[in-house]
Amino acid sequence: MATESIIEVKNLTKMLNKFTAVDDISFDVKKGEIFGLLGPNGAGKSTTLRMLSTLARPTKGTAIIGGYDIVKEDTEVRKLIGIVSEKMIMYNRLTAKENLWFFGSLFDIPKDVLIKRIDELFDLVQLTQWKDSQVGTFSTGMRQRMNVIRALLNLPQVLFLDEPTLGLDPQSSVEIREFIRKLNRENGTTVVLTTHMMVDADLLCDRIAIVDHGKIVALDTSSNLKKMITGADTSIIKLNIPNLSPDLLAKLQALECADAVTQESPNELKVLVHGNEAFDNIIDAIRKSGGKISSMENLQPTLEDVFLHITGHQVRDSATEKIPMEHRRFGQQAQSRIR
Amino acid sequence: MINMTAKSLLSHSARIAWKDLTELFRNRLGLVLLIVMPLFMMVMVGFIYPSGNTSISNMPVGLVNQDSGFNNITLPSQAFITGLYQINTQTNMMKIHTETSVAELKTDIQNGVVDGGIIIPSNFSTCVMCGQQGTLTIMTDQSNPTISEELQGALTNVFGEMSTLLAQHNVQTLSSNVTANNSLAMVQPYTVSVEGVVSGNPSYFSFIAPGMVMLTVMMSVMTGLPVAISQEREVGTMDGMMVAPINRLSIILGKALGQTGRGLIQGVIVMALAMGLFGVVIHGSIVLVAALLLLGVFSFVGLGIVLTSLAKDQETAQMMMMTLMFPMMFLSGVMFPLQQMPWYMQDIAKFLPLTYAADAMRKVMVLGAGVSAISSDLIILIAFGAIMIAIAVPLFRRIMTR
Repeated sequence: MATESIIEVKNLTKMLNKFTAVDDISFDVKKGEIFGLLGPNGAGKSTTLRMLSTLARPTKGTAIIGGYDIVKEDTEVRKLIGIVSEKMIMYNRLTAKENLWFFGSLFDIPKDVLIKRIDELFDLVQLTQWKDSQVGTFSTGMRQRMNVIRALLNLPQVLFLDEPTLGLDPQSSVEIREFIRKLNRENGTTVVLTTHMMVDADLLCDRIAIVDHGKIVALDTSSNLKKMITGADTSIIKLNIPNLSPDLLAKLQALECADAVTQESPNELKVLVHGNEAFDNIIDAIRKSGGKISSMENLQPTLEDVFLHITGHQVRDSATEKIPMEHRRFGQQAQSRIR
Repeated sequence: MINMTAKSLLSHSARIAWKDLTELFRNRLGLVLLIVMPLFMMVMVGFIYPSGNTSISNMPVGLVNQDSGFNNITLPSQAFITGLYQINTQTNMMKIHTETSVAELKTDIQNGVVDGGIIIPSNFSTCVMCGQQGTLTIMTDQSNPTISEELQGALTNVFGEMSTLLAQHNVQTLSSNVTANNSLAMVQPYTVSVEGVVSGNPSYFSFIAPGMVMLTVMMSVMTGLPVAISQEREVGTMDGMMVAPINRLSIILGKALGQTGRGLIQGVIVMALAMGLFGVVIHGSIVLVAALLLLGVFSFVGLGIVLTSLAKDQETAQMMMMTLMFPMMFLSGVMFPLQQMPWYMQDIAKFLPLTYAADAMRKVMVLGAGVSAISSDLIILIAFGAIMIAIAVPLFRRIMTR
């Protein structure tokens, strides 16, 4: 794919107090692509997105969106982008239509165009019959749909989505994913999203940047990322050991051939191994410790495994409570990170 | 170009203000409170502080007659009691309980049966008949200074009036060519007539209403603004405005405009209540009153923005509001005259812009003053507002894109 880049991120850095939230990252997003920033909470995904959408000023570095600098030409950038924040951007006491009208009017869209566009957007997400109700009465799913169409009022070339499926039930998540894909396919909208949900990244994104501790540790398509760990050398095995003990777990972790060992359930283990004799070594180790193997499976790698392989820890290890943006200024983030 | 920028700045601000006011009008309970709050304030401060013309009525008062008479003649004390009852039937001021002894009167005061007492001493008739002054004793309830003071004042007045009547009568008896009018002039050669700058007798409400109106309007921009903005930041809706390609200034301007609208609505309600319920009259020009309201908003909007920049969240903003509200309310001469305060408090008051705003408003509303009379107040308010805005705007721009 030799299409042009719509976003060029250059050495973007954000310091929050003394903590480096985003650490000198650079990447390109191609026009018409769905680009995912995948990583645990606190990895710096949201901060990156806030800087790209001109809501936060980079400490160092910059990015060019559609030819405009996000720092120097922020007003021009704002005309090109839409942002779906993890927070619901809408006023509960206004009706759905009044909300869209208010935000739309800030973009100086001609009145007749705006009226037509609002109606189209309501049709698109099947909210037409509710357009005159106050959004405070809406369900979470309806609010999420409102939140998305609000970002589309100016027909953005680039749509930023911060954790679009966070807190949604599986069905709503599917709907949102389909909606994003449809938007991307039909309007050619470039989508940049952050997520800590592997499914989102896997099913939706053309390319994925894996973010950890403010740095991009890997960037490629989902299948290429997976190939990283299922080369000739590495594989993932799932073991079922009925008499699994902490002692046995420790022994396996100590093995040279085991890159990472995670316990899935009381007697289930997932082991990332490398080397030709890995299987033999693992089985030997278990039997020597008196462990019984009731089943053994060679697994297809998931993005989760990729993350584990690259960073040495799991996504959900660090997935503690999401820290609200306001509080990040006070440097609580550093403490809430669990290694 | 500049014209276009200014136009879109204003139109975006107007939209934001419209949005804020729509939200306000949808909030029923909030609207009710918007009216009830100033009403409570008016009623409370209006009645807590005595307003000169309150008259006591039906106050239980004990009467002890110890008069032993002069040669068994007790005419003077009887005449006094008759006179007292006569005046009381006209004014209904007291409810007179006859007591047998001073001891009984004291017990009754202690038990709260009566609020005070009048004692006619045993030598009363003797003194009067021998051409001396008859002394009456007023016994007061010291546990209640306000009532005791009022009773003292009221009774002194009554006794004075009775003395005058008696003296007039005496003078007329002494000389037959003295008419009723002349006799009053002879007994009380001087009399006082009080006249204010404007006609009528302003109540305490007339004093507090101008200050209250100013206070309400200023509070809404100074403290309402930080609360409104920090709330939008917390909920996240601020991001929605921030990603729109609009000047950052129009966000703060729009929010300030919305709060001003709210403040003016509240100010007008306070004014209407003061005029309708408490008989406050605007003696000056209505246009000047309206202009002062707007100037009040202008002088405080900058301070409001500075506070907005300082308040990181809604809770802090609320606390700031409480912290600022009380000194402003009590130190700016809104509730009671500055002159009543010790000198150091008066000095502090000189640094509070509300002092000048309330002063100007009071001069216009109560005294019917024109622009020239309040020019120094106006200059101070304009200067304060301009300096604050000069500090506030760069500060606000900086915190918006942190």
